[in-house]
Amino acid sequence: MSLAEDTPPRATGFRFERWAPLILLAGAALIYVAVAIGTGQAQYLTLDNLIAILGRSIALGITAIGQTFVILVASIDLSVASLISATAVLASVVMDGAPAMILPAILAALALGALVGVCNGLMVSALKVNPLIATLGMSLIIQGCLSAFVSNFAGKVPVAFQVFAYGEIGPFPLALIFLALMAALAWAVLRFTRFGSDIYAVGGNEEAARFAGIKTGRVVILTHVICSVCAAIAGLYLASRLRSGAPWIGSDGVYDLESIAVVVIGGTVLAGGRGGIWGTMAGMLIFSLIDSVFNIAGVDSFAKQVLRGIIIVAAVAFYAIRSKRIVA
Amino acid sequence: MSDSTARPRAARRRLPRVNPVWLLLAALILAIVFMNPGFVEPTGYMNFLKRAAPLAILAAGQVYVIVSGGFDLSVGSLITLVVVGSSMLTNNDPSATVWVIPLMLALGLGVGAVNGAIVCFLRVPSLIATLGMMITLNGLAFLWSGGAPRGYLPDTFRFFGRELIKDVPLVRFIPVSVIVLVVVVGLLTWLMHRTNLGRQVHAIGDNPVAARLAGVAVNRVRITAFMLSGLSGALAGILLGGFAGVSTDVGTGYELQAITAAVLGGAQLLGGRGSVPAAVGGALALTAIFTLLNFLGLPQPVRQVVQGLILIAAVALAMHRREETGT
Repeated sequence: MSLAEDTPPRATGFRFERWAPLILLAGAALIYVAVAIGTGQAQYLTLDNLIAILGRSIALGITAIGQTFVILVASIDLSVASLISATAVLASVVMDGAPAMILPAILAALALGALVGVCNGLMVSALKVNPLIATLGMSLIIQGCLSAFVSNFAGKVPVAFQVFAYGEIGPFPLALIFLALMAALAWAVLRFTRFGSDIYAVGGNEEAARFAGIKTGRVVILTHVICSVCAAIAGLYLASRLRSGAPWIGSDGVYDLESIAVVVIGGTVLAGGRGGIWGTMAGMLIFSLIDSVFNIAGVDSFAKQVLRGIIIVAAVAFYAIRSKRIVA
Repeated sequence: MSDSTARPRAARRRLPRVNPVWLLLAALILAIVFMNPGFVEPTGYMNFLKRAAPLAILAAGQVYVIVSGGFDLSVGSLITLVVVGSSMLTNNDPSATVWVIPLMLALGLGVGAVNGAIVCFLRVPSLIATLGMMITLNGLAFLWSGGAPRGYLPDTFRFFGRELIKDVPLVRFIPVSVIVLVVVVGLLTWLMHRTNLGRQVHAIGDNPVAARLAGVAVNRVRITAFMLSGLSGALAGILLGGFAGVSTDVGTGYELQAITAAVLGGAQLLGGRGSVPAAVGGALALTAIFTLLNFLGLPQPVRQVVQGLILIAAVALAMHRREETGT
């Protein structure tokens, strides 16, 4: 895909791509501070408020961590939104208010996630179905099965499980710490394990990775399992937060497209092989800061949507405009 | 590019290779006729074609973008914007149609040009570029109508989507939308398969670097492909406005259905291969599937599951065939 005159990255010096997410994040934070001061609402600049901003995007963050893995192997997962709905409903129905059923419910949700991930991975790697189509089809199947059984809030989450979304350790919400731990774990897997370097190898050039002896199919399936399990965890979090599961919570949050946008804004390339978790986390922060700016500035909700679309494109253009590649 | 020129020669010598989408469509239509013999009457199949027309036009436009190696996710919300915008602009004035329709077609071309420019000059992947456009256009449609679109489209505007031309020999009547469909698909087929533009679109999708070295104006051709897709979106919006009425979710889901239709027709995602008539066949097959599921009285959720399964199966089969034949 790359052109002949594609300049090789310089070995030393300033590497724009590495720093771009931070530059964008700093820009978003500056705008946030400027708007808060400009509108005379300095109360939005406290640590508590910062935590509240972060708290709103935990589900998106968890989903985006998983999405980072599949995008790194040049795949994509559009089924996360309906999987989030499905696992939230499944967990809340299995629990149905009984604290004793919390563990089985969690296991059931994670198992469903793993199953969907294996199916997605097999379709992509063994049947060679384009990942966009495979996961889109999977999304339709999950959503169809789900809405055949439930049409409204179903089940009930016991108070003991609501701790996941509402519990706090010191000033920090439990869920935020959980997200940070997940991000750290994902970073460690990508940075220090053989599986992590296999992921980059497969994403960079699948053919070359296969010739180098990497079982590429297995890597692709595993990343899809990771992505779907992350979505299942996000579903559990949302069930805990909403105190019940409903078949529309995933599609309402547009978690499929938003998680992809977050990953891409974080500097992970859709073509695979380049990017990482911290960029994704920066992307999540950028998203939630922008949302807060809109709230503080009192932007009309429809105008908000228009600006959001433009910002997603502009943020990606910020990286992409420098590349000499011809993009798909 | 190479196989699209080499294949017809090989095919002529041996048995003609039929695109499987036509077999699928034939099987589905047989099933529909079996379930509902009234389908062979003009009322049956003409209404079917009329209902399929917006999706078929959309798929024909989408094929250009897919063959050139991209996606256009913005057409669904473009349809919504066209329908909502037309109802706001015509404001129940039948004579306004004359300038609103050209304006909407220009809007479609404009949206396509912006999509293409973002992809070519800002180098944003088309998935993200058109996703951003989708969110933006949806927001604009809401903003323009204040969230609750009011008013109706005047009958002069709805002419294209709703009206029938009566007393036609052989078939008794022809819906105007079917005429629009035939004309648009004819033009797009000619443009794709009989002109240099079509060959250049294929070349870019197959190998953009080689295409550029061979002297193809890559950016111009890609922007043209996006503009054709935008134009088809506006046309589909005008037809849908005719028989679906005004709301802020008329276009929802059409972008994915259009891609599905193109893929059913054998278009290869990420470029290099695809055909306009086959994509239209894919759109007809998709509509036939929905019709059939309707006849069977299956609820909406089951239809979703079936659509998902068919989508995956179609692509998996296509990949299997491609591996077997080595093309």
